[in-house]
Amino acid sequence: MNILRIIQDIEKTDPEVYERLNSRRSLFSSLSSFSTKAAIAAVPIALGSMFKKAYGQSASGVLDVLNFALTLEYLEDEFYKNGLASPTAIPADLRTVFTQIGKHETAHVNFLITAISGAGGTPVTKPTFDFTAGGAFADVFTNPMTFMAVAQAFEDTGVRAYKGQAGNLISSNEVLTAALQIHSVEARHAAEVRRLRGQKGWITGNSRGDMPAATQAVYNGEDNVMQGGIMDVKTVTTAPLSAVTEGFDEPLTKDEVLAIASLFIVS
Amino acid sequence: MKKNNLPLSTDKGTHKTNAPLNRRSFLGYAGVSVVTSALILSGCKDDEGNIGLPDTGVNLGSGDTGILNYAYALEQLEAAFYTQVIQTKYSGMTAAEEQLLTDLRDHEVAHRDFFKAALGASAIPDLEVDFSAINFSNRTSVLGTAKTFEDLGVSAYNGAGKLLTDANLLLIAGKIVSVEARHAAAIRSLINPNSADFSGDDVVDAATGLDVQRMPGDVLMLASPFIKTKINANNLPTT
Repeated sequence: MNILRIIQDIEKTDPEVYERLNSRRSLFSSLSSFSTKAAIAAVPIALGSMFKKAYGQSASGVLDVLNFALTLEYLEDEFYKNGLASPTAIPADLRTVFTQIGKHETAHVNFLITAISGAGGTPVTKPTFDFTAGGAFADVFTNPMTFMAVAQAFEDTGVRAYKGQAGNLISSNEVLTAALQIHSVEARHAAEVRRLRGQKGWITGNSRGDMPAATQAVYNGEDNVMQGGIMDVKTVTTAPLSAVTEGFDEPLTKDEVLAIASLFIVS
Repeated sequence: MKKNNLPLSTDKGTHKTNAPLNRRSFLGYAGVSVVTSALILSGCKDDEGNIGLPDTGVNLGSGDTGILNYAYALEQLEAAFYTQVIQTKYSGMTAAEEQLLTDLRDHEVAHRDFFKAALGASAIPDLEVDFSAINFSNRTSVLGTAKTFEDLGVSAYNGAGKLLTDANLLLIAGKIVSVEARHAAAIRSLINPNSADFSGDDVVDAATGLDVQRMPGDVLMLASPFIKTKINANNLPTT
């Protein structure tokens, strides 16, 4: 991401962006001399500052999305931290995989907190989690089978959650791009966890596969074949129906996601 | 496979589409408007994303239609690749690998056919691919190319999301990109199982946890060795 390019892009649709940004102008100019690494690190704070200084209250919808995302990332981050801290949750030969996933979730938490704070918003506080879901997954941190099943549920839900919010970010190009960049990482995680569990990396129909019945809400609606509201994809392709459902991941609404997440949230 | 009589249906045998009706129905529904496209184009004089690409050849078009054609071009490439992979299986392909690669072929075919039908009369023609650099009898060559294509696809959709003006089309792009990311992870884990490579630091920034995103000009440049047909992306939106 290039901060200067962001401003140039905004200028195209808002010629007064520099006036709006006012004193921020020198900050962005100075960023051009930064290394790529430093510029990337500056992205979330720059995004946040821009919304706060330039557009004030209009950022509230975007902040809602970011805080919703933060809640889910808190959930995933703490889940993998607990799993990695347990001697029996993760088989030794899979620690590298889950360490990588956990690293990304921690990075997502930090990225979102910085972006929200930078926008003048208040990052939601981390909820108190119960990863046993009231006892349904009692051995989640002692049995790798349970741990990986819950991981799959979280990752498949995460993919659907970000997807469902994309439309709310369509007017905020750089936030949208960042959200998409997190979204595809969740999908990489989901495929990996599914395959480690002996499942396909993709979701066929609305099947939860070998997952517990309690996770069916994660997969409801994935059998949709109607795209754009009017095109039944199975009527325009030679690909089999299974591939039509696998080839398009479906979104979940915020409420649907929170209903799933709430099973693991105590307060 | 059943065939229906809906306006959006196509002739699967020849891939002829009921083009004008398709486009009007789908894109019309999706809310793509000439006014929007014109506004975007007026703001795109410093078209730095497409430098070095030809201004002749198959024109992807402008606005949301241009982005759909851009996606259609990439899906054509991927579908052609996996079709060849399954037609000429590399030596030692396991049953599990064949199943996985067949799934990928079918997903990409579904994506390709979807875009063709959605674009209707606005769809670019079938592209001619150039797979001369790929050794289809060699596992390393095939999986290495698959990894390149899938990571490229992820970065392309991630970068193109902001170029779309219609929320329905953005949602569809989102439905496809996560599948491309699933593919990328699966291919990467076939190459190097139980490692961090499925979402390796070479594609996912370790500090931010953000996946790669690229603008169309960069993506098409990277794809160009595999596509004989010249593609003109100069009218695509850049913001």
